[in-house]
Amino acid sequence: MIALIDYGAGNLTSVRKALTALGADFVVPRLPADIDSARGVIVPGVGHFAATAALEGAWLEAIARNVADGTALLGICLGLQWLFEGSDEAPNVRGLGVLPGRIVRLRGNAERRLKIPHVGWNALDFRALATTRSSPEGRGSRLLSGLDDGAQVYFTHSYAAPVTDACVAATTHSETFASVVERDNIFGVQFHPEKSSDAGLSILRNFLRVSAC
Amino acid sequence: MLTKRIIACLDVRDGQVVKGVQFQQLRHAGDPGELAKRYNVEGIDEVVILDITATLESRQALARTIDAVAREIFLPLTVGGGIRSEDDAAAAVDAGADKVSLNTAALKDPELISKLAVRYGSQAVIVAIDAKRAEGRYGVYVRSGTSDAARDAVEWAREAETRGAGEILLTSMDRDGTRAGFDCEMTAAVADAVDIPVIASGGAGTFDHFTEVFTRGCADAALAASIFHYAESSVADLKRHLRAHGIPVRL
Repeated sequence: MIALIDYGAGNLTSVRKALTALGADFVVPRLPADIDSARGVIVPGVGHFAATAALEGAWLEAIARNVADGTALLGICLGLQWLFEGSDEAPNVRGLGVLPGRIVRLRGNAERRLKIPHVGWNALDFRALATTRSSPEGRGSRLLSGLDDGAQVYFTHSYAAPVTDACVAATTHSETFASVVERDNIFGVQFHPEKSSDAGLSILRNFLRVSAC
Repeated sequence: MLTKRIIACLDVRDGQVVKGVQFQQLRHAGDPGELAKRYNVEGIDEVVILDITATLESRQALARTIDAVAREIFLPLTVGGGIRSEDDAAAAVDAGADKVSLNTAALKDPELISKLAVRYGSQAVIVAIDAKRAEGRYGVYVRSGTSDAARDAVEWAREAETRGAGEILLTSMDRDGTRAGFDCEMTAAVADAVDIPVIASGGAGTFDHFTEVFTRGCADAALAASIFHYAESSVADLKRHLRAHGIPVRL
């Protein structure tokens, strides 16, 4: 079973519809303790980093505890950003902090007509890690399994994560940022897999497989 | 590199897709769920559902239409037409819309743009501008193009951005349904004035019209209806044409 976390940032309808289409067994837990019976946790979210303040306390602790026990975690968009230590968008709100680094605002480039927010379809450039990193099975990225390098996915955001060791795919707008992160049982995507047609559904399906759901 | 988006517009009345010429002479064009599915297979980047009647009865039909489309395709979905309040926007979002498009209501109550931007984020708020040329300017019209709003499109687009709009959907009323090509001058004038993406609409007739609006018109996305509905040309063929002309697209 997957626990889909509702903390009031954006609405869950599209993620629910995608999970339903994939035949996933999922619930939207009412209480943090409900996460304990889940094999995978999805933290979605659209909007301002300040919204993740709703997760501070019991939710954050429950997610951290389960992830430490091996439960798979997928952060989508704002959910990916929340995996890091914090964000310049809301400096007083702390992230889950399971990945080192800080979320920063994209700069854009007026001369080259590169606008912020970064809205639309852009490519996933697989990093060497995507195919060579040692995962528990000794394979490459589990989240990107079956996808082609250069696959196009749908983004809509103004802030982004730095390219660190956890980055398995990067994307370039005015600058290059981490579009897919993966470390052991922790996964994050800056784009919206639930809005990225077949490529996005493949990624969600991979997460369900990793979660054994 | 960010690609140029091709958006299919479904003008919906009583749960069916219709299409007119210069906002008149509506005719049937099919079932929204079926059309959306076909467009998804062909590689459309986004879908817009415009409720062109927007009466109270049609509001429930609209929620069913949004739900039917959102079940079939996993692409960004925008809903517009008759969104006059936060409640209308919430109903569309709850039914499965990712973005709402405001037109008449935004001009009447510009605060609505900011309210929705705070509630759902700017990325979820599109301000739609219907404009036509008049004495060297671009005049804004409301109420499905029947009423002169006495505003300039460029100036209104700037204000919408300041108030929190995430994108501008700019429709040329002169070109709507004519297939005479997008109004590239007007699109470029608005695109130069704002830093948010501009979606060009109205007049798509040939593949070259899209090439023009992405180059000369400086559009970030282009929206069309008729050219796709009657299966005259496929989205995939259009994208191959654009790529061959150096326009980055998702294929």
